[in-house]
Amino acid sequence: MALTAAEKRRNWTPYLLLAPMLLWLLMFFLAPMVTLLMGSLQSGSFTEGFNFTFEVSNYVNAIVAYWPWFLRSIGYALVATLCALLIAYPLAYMIVFKAGRWKYILLVLVVAPLFASFLVRTLAWTTILADEGVVVGTLRSLHILSPDQWLLATPVSVIAGLTYNFLPFMTLPIYVSLDRIDKRLIEAATDLYASGFRAFRRVTLPLSLPGIVSGMLLVFIPAAGDFVNAQLLGSVETQMIGNVIESQYLRALDYPMASALSVILIVLIIGLVTFSMRRSRADELL
Amino acid sequence: MTRETAQRPVSQLNYSPKRERISGFFGRHIIRVIGALATVYLLLPIAVIIVMSLNKPAGRYNFTFNEFTLDNWTNMCGPYGLCSSVTLSLQIALAAAVAATVIGVLAAYSLSRFRFRGHGSANILVLLPMTMPEVVLGASLLTLYVNVGIPLGPLAILLAHIMFCISFVIIVVKARLAMLDANLTEAAADLYATPWRAFKRVTLPLAAPGILAGAVLAFALSFDDFIITNFNSGNAMTFPMYVWGAAKRGVPPQVNVIATVIFLIVMVLAVTMSIVATVRENRSR
Repeated sequence: MALTAAEKRRNWTPYLLLAPMLLWLLMFFLAPMVTLLMGSLQSGSFTEGFNFTFEVSNYVNAIVAYWPWFLRSIGYALVATLCALLIAYPLAYMIVFKAGRWKYILLVLVVAPLFASFLVRTLAWTTILADEGVVVGTLRSLHILSPDQWLLATPVSVIAGLTYNFLPFMTLPIYVSLDRIDKRLIEAATDLYASGFRAFRRVTLPLSLPGIVSGMLLVFIPAAGDFVNAQLLGSVETQMIGNVIESQYLRALDYPMASALSVILIVLIIGLVTFSMRRSRADELL
Repeated sequence: MTRETAQRPVSQLNYSPKRERISGFFGRHIIRVIGALATVYLLLPIAVIIVMSLNKPAGRYNFTFNEFTLDNWTNMCGPYGLCSSVTLSLQIALAAAVAATVIGVLAAYSLSRFRFRGHGSANILVLLPMTMPEVVLGASLLTLYVNVGIPLGPLAILLAHIMFCISFVIIVVKARLAMLDANLTEAAADLYATPWRAFKRVTLPLAAPGILAGAVLAFALSFDDFIITNFNSGNAMTFPMYVWGAAKRGVPPQVNVIATVIFLIVMVLAVTMSIVATVRENRSR
């Protein structure tokens, strides 16, 4: 039986509704990825113009010249992700299990840093970690830092900034997964003589694993590509791959090299993420 | 009961008041202590931003507190280009929020109310931009603009902002639509409402809180975006671009005033919403 006009239109409705979104992402997300990939295989200079010559050597040059920056970015991002996890988990746990009627106020406080401008809140750390500041003063009087040591412009301040800036992205998914747990499961564990810690390790922790995994992704990915913290809180020795990409595009105007660096960064991040998901078998949880 | 516990000698299971007191104390309080410290860590920089907005800097750099003053608040637009950069950011954020919300609501409606071929791939496509580091998004857009010949500036920024806001709007609106009863739309159809009329009179009003939340999120993301904007702005000066430029030669304290004002406005909105949520939850209990 032939479809009526109305039924035919009905079949097209979902596609028509999706069309603006598909078109926009096609033009301003997928097409740029193609031009990025093509650009990474070009040769030439900004003044004389770039030509597509299938210049694979861009990638070799990029890795040879900038592998320490890649390593540093991955390292800083990993440490920041772990620090964020160590802070966010107890925080989310407290909000879910101990906060009572303060729950929603605390949730607002967790996302509050996102309401203060990204650059301005990063700059605020220069005041906190300044040589004349409270933190350095305390550490010096406790002899953890000697008088000729400081925190600003060191890896410590860059990692502190990264941890701070992306902490809400760790806390929120963990909060959601903890909040979803059926509290009767934990009660059942303690009824079966599990100690509080044991009930946590065998029931609460495994059930919150999906939140931990997505939180780690949401912190690691932006942290690995960040250049703002390294620029504002770091020094020349703490520059990350994002700083290199930024200056290659906007100052050196070496687009092929910069594009090759960007493609390597994407591949590296996707590779690390899928590898760790496989290893932790987290994909089965999602 | 597990084997280890069963095999443990009876004496170890005996009640020990001292150990009980210590572990009980930690069990009860350590999480609260860590949570409180984490909250301080979260709020400390915000406190610094607000305090430094009331500072009269000794030199060019507004890093250490020197002297209390209200001058920065009464003379908000003092530094050249600051207020015009805020205006440009507001304009771009408003346009990006409106466009991303319209595009996102249509897509979210389609993804949550229809089953069709390519449904799964469309869902993944929506998530993809969020899994890319922002440097890469900004850089790739720069290569596109240079290749196609779109001039860098406010338009280029707007096109980019709409792109990354769409995904966030879709996720927020889809979550809201999933909470709604699809039967309500069917009931409207049974009562001879056309699909458009059912959407307009039933789905849209019910989804309104989610749509509003998505629009506010898009506005905030666009207003605060620096990394992508940095690659596409050309000579255009948004508020984050102004701060970035000023960071090299010393940020004027008025920047802290602007950041404080924005923070307080959003905070009042968020606290109101969280109070409403608490009240509603208590009522439904």
